[in-house]
Amino acid sequence: MVKGHQGEGVRSKSNQYPNTSLIHIEGVNTKEEVSWYCGKQWIALLLHLGQVPRPHGNSGVVRAKFKSNLPPKSMGDRVRVVMYPGNI
Amino acid sequence: MAPKAATGRTSRNPDLIRGVGKFSRSKMYHKRGLWAIKAKNGGVFPKHDPKPAAAETPAKPPKFYPADDVKKPLVNKRKHKPTKLRASITPGTVFILLAGRFMGKRVVFLKQLTSGLLLVTGPFKVNGVPLRRVNQSYVIATSTKVDISGVDLGKFDDQYFEKEAEKKKKKGEGEFFEAEKEEKKVLPDDKKDDQKTVDAQLIKSIEAVLDLKTYLSARFSLKSGMKPHELVF
Repeated sequence: MVKGHQGEGVRSKSNQYPNTSLIHIEGVNTKEEVSWYCGKQWIALLLHLGQVPRPHGNSGVVRAKFKSNLPPKSMGDRVRVVMYPGNI
Repeated sequence: MAPKAATGRTSRNPDLIRGVGKFSRSKMYHKRGLWAIKAKNGGVFPKHDPKPAAAETPAKPPKFYPADDVKKPLVNKRKHKPTKLRASITPGTVFILLAGRFMGKRVVFLKQLTSGLLLVTGPFKVNGVPLRRVNQSYVIATSTKVDISGVDLGKFDDQYFEKEAEKKKKKGEGEFFEAEKEEKKVLPDDKKDDQKTVDAQLIKSIEAVLDLKTYLSARFSLKSGMKPHELVF
């Protein structure tokens, strides 16, 4: 599993969209590197399962959708990406 | 009753407008030569008796009529195809299992079964993974290949791996309160033998390659600083 940290939800200046979370995966720093992780599954806080659908911006941050929204308390917490579904 | 126009023949009565023919009934009678057919048959149109209908077996009235009309499910003639394999997956490839009991183990791919699942073996002696089915998504295919040409895989299919249907036990009142006898699920001997035969061939090919055996017995894990998106498998 690769580790990452949960950031805030997707938002504009005054509106938040808690259904998608931004996650920063350790060691991933560009948009191109994220494409390896797209489609992979997450485990956050051992409770929430989610998916990595797409990158967010140019610096390797990733948007993730979970089965149920992540609680705002867990911002900054550890999150893990698992390697499946595999595509190599 | 009238004889049909031969295939490919158009009507002798062209339409002036739709529904209105050019020739009248009496004209058509002559055009079609019905007078000649009649003359041939002694002044009467030839009659063809209807073919005797095949004797119908008297259908038994059904014993049970459902109270409401039961809808029949739509016909589904779709045939199941095995999943398309990634180009990196060929028989003999070494896989890394990504999930489940044998997570991280390196195993040898044998063949794809008709359900689409991949048949895989440790081999058992090397890393404890038995003959097992695995889904393509839960596997990383490495570039290491093992020669499996000597292995006979004809006997393995999805049926082989199906759970045996448990016989339903009728529970009497007394037995209900007794603890159920735990039947330990022991792997039948013939399956163990199958494992041994398959592995015997494989282990020969594995030992022929330097370090391959230790490679297969070791588990894959991500160490600190390893980035999977930069690894070459």
